[in-house]
Amino acid sequence: MVRFQKVTKIYPRAAGGAAALRDVTFGVAKGEFVFLTGPSGAGKSTILRLLYMDERPTSGEVRVSGFSSREVKRREIPELRRKLGIIFQDFRLLEDRTAEGNVAFALEVIGTPKSAIPNKVSRALTQVGLASKARAYPRELSGGEQQRVAFARALVNDPFVLVADEPTGNLDERATRGIFQLLREINAAGTAVLMATHNLELVRSSEYRCIELNHGEIVFDSADVPAISLEID
Amino acid sequence: MVSIQTALTAFKRSPLLSALSITTIAFSLFAFGLFGLVALNIRDALQRVEERVEIRAFVADGTAIEQITAAADEIAKYPEVLKVEIVTQDQALARARKELGEFSDVFDGQFLPSSLDVKLKPGFRDPKTVRKVVDQVKGYDFVDDVRYGEEWIAQLYRLRNIAGAAGIALGLAFAAVAIIIIGATIRMAVLARSREISIMRLVGATDGFIRRPFLIEGSIKGVLGGLLALLLTYLAMRVLDQYLHFQTAFFDRRLATLGVVFGAIMGLLGSAVSVGRHLRRI
Repeated sequence: MVRFQKVTKIYPRAAGGAAALRDVTFGVAKGEFVFLTGPSGAGKSTILRLLYMDERPTSGEVRVSGFSSREVKRREIPELRRKLGIIFQDFRLLEDRTAEGNVAFALEVIGTPKSAIPNKVSRALTQVGLASKARAYPRELSGGEQQRVAFARALVNDPFVLVADEPTGNLDERATRGIFQLLREINAAGTAVLMATHNLELVRSSEYRCIELNHGEIVFDSADVPAISLEID
Repeated sequence: MVSIQTALTAFKRSPLLSALSITTIAFSLFAFGLFGLVALNIRDALQRVEERVEIRAFVADGTAIEQITAAADEIAKYPEVLKVEIVTQDQALARARKELGEFSDVFDGQFLPSSLDVKLKPGFRDPKTVRKVVDQVKGYDFVDDVRYGEEWIAQLYRLRNIAGAAGIALGLAFAAVAIIIIGATIRMAVLARSREISIMRLVGATDGFIRRPFLIEGSIKGVLGGLLALLLTYLAMRVLDQYLHFQTAFFDRRLATLGVVFGAIMGLLGSAVSVGRHLRRI
C-alpha cells in the first residue's frame, strides 16, 4: 500500500549536499499503525513529504496506493492526496472559517456536491468528538480541539492512510493523550496511520510498529525484530 | 461557480488590498492611457497634415478641355487616387486671389495655367507612391509641370516614422511597466492567501481549481482598473482642454473598450504568472 524502495533524497541547496534520506526501504501495510521516530533532522518529515509526493526522491521509488513517484504526473498528485489524510503540528486551519467550514473546505475543493457536504462534515466532527463546537472559529478552540478539527478535515474524505507529522508536538500531555486515543480509534476503524513523533513515551506505551531514523537512515524497525526481543529490551 | 464565489469572497475579505491593487492597475494603465492619448493626438495632427498631400499637374496652354477631362477620368481610376479635380484658368485665378488677398489686384487676366489637382487615398501618401503617381501623370503630353512638394512630403514622412517608432517603443515600455506592476500587485494577493493555497493542495485541490478564482479576481481587478484609468484619462483631458485650451481628441468607443480589455488581459496574465510561479514553488 505504501512502499519506499531504496529511497535517497538529497536537497540540492542543503549544506554540503548531505542526504536527507539515504537508501530507505520500508513498507506500511493496509490498516497498519507505524511510528516514525528519531531526532530533529533525521528525515521523518522528508519521508512524509515523499509519501504525499510534495517531494520526489533523488533515487529509489515511493509507491503509494498504485501511484509511483517515478511515473506520477504533477496533475495526478491531487488525486493521490484525496486518498490521504494529512495532519501537521501547527494544525493548518483557516482562521476565517469555523470548524465545520474548515472541514467542508476539504470537500469543496475537490468538487463534492453541495448537498452531500453537511452530512459528511457533521459525521467527521462527531468522529473526532467536536460536534458541539462545529460553529466555533479556530481562535475560540484549544490546541487539542484545533487539532481535532484538522483530524476531522483529514478524515472527511475517508483516507486509506493518515499521515501525521508531529500531531501532538504543540499539545499538553492531556491533549496528547486525547489525540493519541483518537488515532487509535481511527486505526481500529481500518485506516493505516503513519505518525512522525518525538514523543518516545507515546511510542513505548503502545504496541505499534516503530521505525527509528537517524541521519537519514533507518537505524531500527521493530518489524524486523522478533517480538520476544522487544520485551527483553 | 465556486470559483466566481471564491473570487468575490476575496474582494470582501480583503477590501483594502483589493482597492489597492485596483488603484495600482488603474494608475499604471492611466500612464499608459495618457501616453496613448498623446500618441493619438500626434497621429491625428499628422493625418490632417497628410491630407494636404496633393499632386498638381499644370496643363499646357491651349489644351482642349475634352482632353483634360479624359485624362482626369483615367487618373481617377489609379488605385492610389482618391479624387481628381480639374482647375481651370479662371478657377486658378480665383483661388490665387483668395489665398493671397493683399495681392488680389495684381492678378489680372488668365496668366495662371489650368491644372489637374490629384488627391491620394490614405495610406498612399508616402514619398514613393507619390513619385510613382507623379511619373504616371507626367506621361501625358499636355502636362507641363508637376508640383507636389517633394521635400515637404519627405520630411513629413520622416517625422511620421520617428513618431511611430517612438510611439511603439514608449508604448511597449509603458505596457511592460504596467504588466510588471500589475503582476506584483496580484502577487501580493496570492501571497496573502498562500496559507489557503497550501491547504488546498494538501487536501487534493487541482492546480486548475486553485488558479481559477485568482484568474477571475485578476480579470475583475483589471476591468475595474481599466475603467478607473479611462475615467482618470478623460478627466486629465478635460483639465487640459479647460485650462490649457488644448483641442484634444479622446479615445473612440473602440479604443476605450480595447483599453479596458487590455486591463482585463493584464489582470488575467498577471494572475496566471503569479499563481503559476507560486504553485510551482510550493
